[in-house]
Amino acid sequence: MFHYTLRRLMFAVPTLFVISFIIFALLDLAPNDPTGNLPLTIPPEVREQIRMSLGLGEPFHIRYLKWLQQFFIAEPLNFIEQAFGIEIGNSAERVRIRSWATRSPVVDLIVERMPQTLWVVGMSYVVGILIALPVGIISAYRQYSWFDQIGTFVSMVGFSVPTFFTGVVLIVVFSVYLGWFPSIYDTTHRVTGWDSFWVQVRQMILPVMVLALYNAAQLSRFVRASMLDNLNQDYVRTARAKGMKERVVLLVHVLRNSLIPVVTVIALGIPTIFSGAIITEQIFRVNGLGQLLIIAIQGADIPLVQTLTFIFAVLIILCNLIADILYGILDPRIRYD
Amino acid sequence: MKKLTTFLTGTAAAIAMTAGAAQAERGSDGHLNILYWQAVSILNPFLSGGTKDVEGSSLIIEPLAKFNEKGEMVPALVDEIPTVENGGVSEDLKSVTWVLSEGLMWSDGTPVTAEDVKFTAEYCMAEDGGCQQVANFTDVESVEAVDERTVKVNFSIAKPYPYGPFVGAQSPIIQKAQFENCVGARAPECTDANFGPIGTGPFVVTRFAANDVIELEANPNYRDPAKPAFATVTLKGGGDAASAARAVMETGEFDYAWNLQVEPEILAQMEAAGRGELISSFGTSVERINLNMTDPSPEKGADRSTVEAGPHPFLSDPAVRRALSIALDRELIVEAGYGETGRPTCNILPAPEAYASKNVDWCLTQDIEEANRLLDEAGWMPGGDGIREKDGVRLSILYSTSTNSVRQATQALVKDMWQQIGVETELRNVDAAVFFGGDPASPDTFQKFYADVLMYTNNFDGTDPEKYMAEWLCDDAPKPQNGWLGANIPRFCSEEYDALVAKMGETAPLEERQALAIQMNDILTNEGAHLPLVHRGDVSAKSMTLNGVLMNSWDSELWNAADWTRAE
Repeated sequence: MFHYTLRRLMFAVPTLFVISFIIFALLDLAPNDPTGNLPLTIPPEVREQIRMSLGLGEPFHIRYLKWLQQFFIAEPLNFIEQAFGIEIGNSAERVRIRSWATRSPVVDLIVERMPQTLWVVGMSYVVGILIALPVGIISAYRQYSWFDQIGTFVSMVGFSVPTFFTGVVLIVVFSVYLGWFPSIYDTTHRVTGWDSFWVQVRQMILPVMVLALYNAAQLSRFVRASMLDNLNQDYVRTARAKGMKERVVLLVHVLRNSLIPVVTVIALGIPTIFSGAIITEQIFRVNGLGQLLIIAIQGADIPLVQTLTFIFAVLIILCNLIADILYGILDPRIRYD
Repeated sequence: MKKLTTFLTGTAAAIAMTAGAAQAERGSDGHLNILYWQAVSILNPFLSGGTKDVEGSSLIIEPLAKFNEKGEMVPALVDEIPTVENGGVSEDLKSVTWVLSEGLMWSDGTPVTAEDVKFTAEYCMAEDGGCQQVANFTDVESVEAVDERTVKVNFSIAKPYPYGPFVGAQSPIIQKAQFENCVGARAPECTDANFGPIGTGPFVVTRFAANDVIELEANPNYRDPAKPAFATVTLKGGGDAASAARAVMETGEFDYAWNLQVEPEILAQMEAAGRGELISSFGTSVERINLNMTDPSPEKGADRSTVEAGPHPFLSDPAVRRALSIALDRELIVEAGYGETGRPTCNILPAPEAYASKNVDWCLTQDIEEANRLLDEAGWMPGGDGIREKDGVRLSILYSTSTNSVRQATQALVKDMWQQIGVETELRNVDAAVFFGGDPASPDTFQKFYADVLMYTNNFDGTDPEKYMAEWLCDDAPKPQNGWLGANIPRFCSEEYDALVAKMGETAPLEERQALAIQMNDILTNEGAHLPLVHRGDVSAKSMTLNGVLMNSWDSELWNAADWTRAE
């Protein structure tokens, strides 16, 4: 298992290089321009100077190598310095990856956005799992019962109705008519006590519910299908024949085996938490990583888009690896050595 | 009734402003929530010319003079506007002298001096700085600090309108002490300064999260001790225009929402909820259709859409251009896409009032019969499919614009109107970042103009149209030789027009300048360089509980945030 992990990690390095090159080339080829969103009152000559000051005058391969150098050397060094409060070499002269729109280091922007994305999108993932597990289990155990029918219907709706629709419907009902929850997420809010905690919960409810419905819809189908597969297995009959309680059969024998594929699905979904929920973040103005990415794309802020998408690529590869290893641990029949 | 109330509160605010300074107290009105659906990226407008960034920074840093809601220049950091009459502008029009008000302080408590003003000019004009507002410093030769409070701007040529530098939200003053080490190529590295400039404005940044939110508090050293009325401000960004309107007018979570380009009926419905109201004003923005005077056909290769390709096969015919113009029902276009925030226009220069021509209103009324007659007369006869043609040239138009729901609706209307005079139209739309991006490698930019007609909006900053009217010079047509960087998108060329532009550059008296501008506007419309469609206004929404807002299209919308107050 250890060798397997090591081999996979070594394979990941060339894969990531290829990915970073493809992202960079695609962004370079895309017909987009960082001065495109400026008012037309800024004359064309000035736009050309702006492009030059952003380094667009240099050839493609130089810009790519510079980015590699900044991402793999300058940024990690800076991180180490910040984490341990030491200075390595001449840190004032070190060139960090800077966003073209904000002119600030890209990594700082990402770190600033992390909390709200993890809180809202991460929480919705957790809530989604907590809803999906019981719904999936009961639906499978009582297949074709009214509970199963309703569960199937709700998850179909949750899966097929887009979040930009459910989000706006929830705002109109709960913010405009009832006035219970705010429609705009306040990223400046700090939790200092019970009162402010309650404010935080209130402003999280709507976006978390929208995303949780979507996540739960997907996951509950997985749980149900996996449970159904196992319920008809011989070992279930054996367990019942031994005289075990139905609760034990279901929750110990069947559930544990059914969760093996579900756990991998959950692990594979973790990168999507970090990439944020672009649409939901926009609707509720959560302004997390998803919103950062979409603004960067619209404004042709290439360094920001490049860095963000590359970090997502790293997370996806890592989570794939974790899912594979977890599978091996959970199911001893599947070992890759 | 609403208008009357607005008028009354407006008057009350005006009275309070003049007489009531003693009663008001700084920070007595609590918290103000402002919503910009395009989030502010940076608070240094020299490094980002985006409207949202300029307006966000206008709460913190200020120019020497601003434009008020009527487009008149009003002093901000000075006591009077320099003119030739008061001796502030030299007789030869080559220099202007500004005198700072006495006792001005930066928000950190240090005095504002002429050195700061001089430094601001150096900062923006520095090599490799990529200053996005450098156009305001055109022809500036030097800026001298004559004494503590006096600063003199010298121009290399006679400038009849010397108010480019240091006037309006695009050209604020920054503090020398803070930005001293951030000149030229180092400018982007000063993140702390760019995210929290020290200014003279009513508010100071307490926290800035790029592309998300700004938190501000009242400037303790603001020049009027009774202002601003609000103690703290949050300027939140993100989302879209429709939900921003909802947050002010339906849920009441915010006090002010900027730039609400939303279908008029949706806005009217939200306004009916009664928590907020729409406010609008008209600047110089005109939605126009540019007609390509040169041949855009792909067979021309690299010469495509340049003078070398020769004149356009049919748009070079004045009868066709005029027919296309009078076939349009501008009233209908306004009603469908703009509502209260648009007016039909035939002027490319619709404002300020004194510069607006009244001579070309012939295009305001749709006249399909007359358009058909003109085309018949010019020899363009309907073919078998109803599309007019002459000598094998069909009146078939490729009509391009940027992607935007209002523009696509307008395109559909125009296509239908032109159909009625036997003109075929193919519609195309290009993503705005590409269309306006100006990437010389892209075939879809508006400068390349690889289409027969193009639709977009343009305007100019401030109130003087000299620079704007010079965009139609023959030489300013985009072409490969100038990297497609020209501003004369329709490739219009007229000796008479070029002569008028040159004359305006030498004329100082205001009335003569106005007459010249009107003459130029009339030439452009009569010759059909473009078809002006809609004089576009700006629309924002404010809460019913917010007083003192004066909607302004000539400067930042937040230009007088120091005077905003909370209604009882």
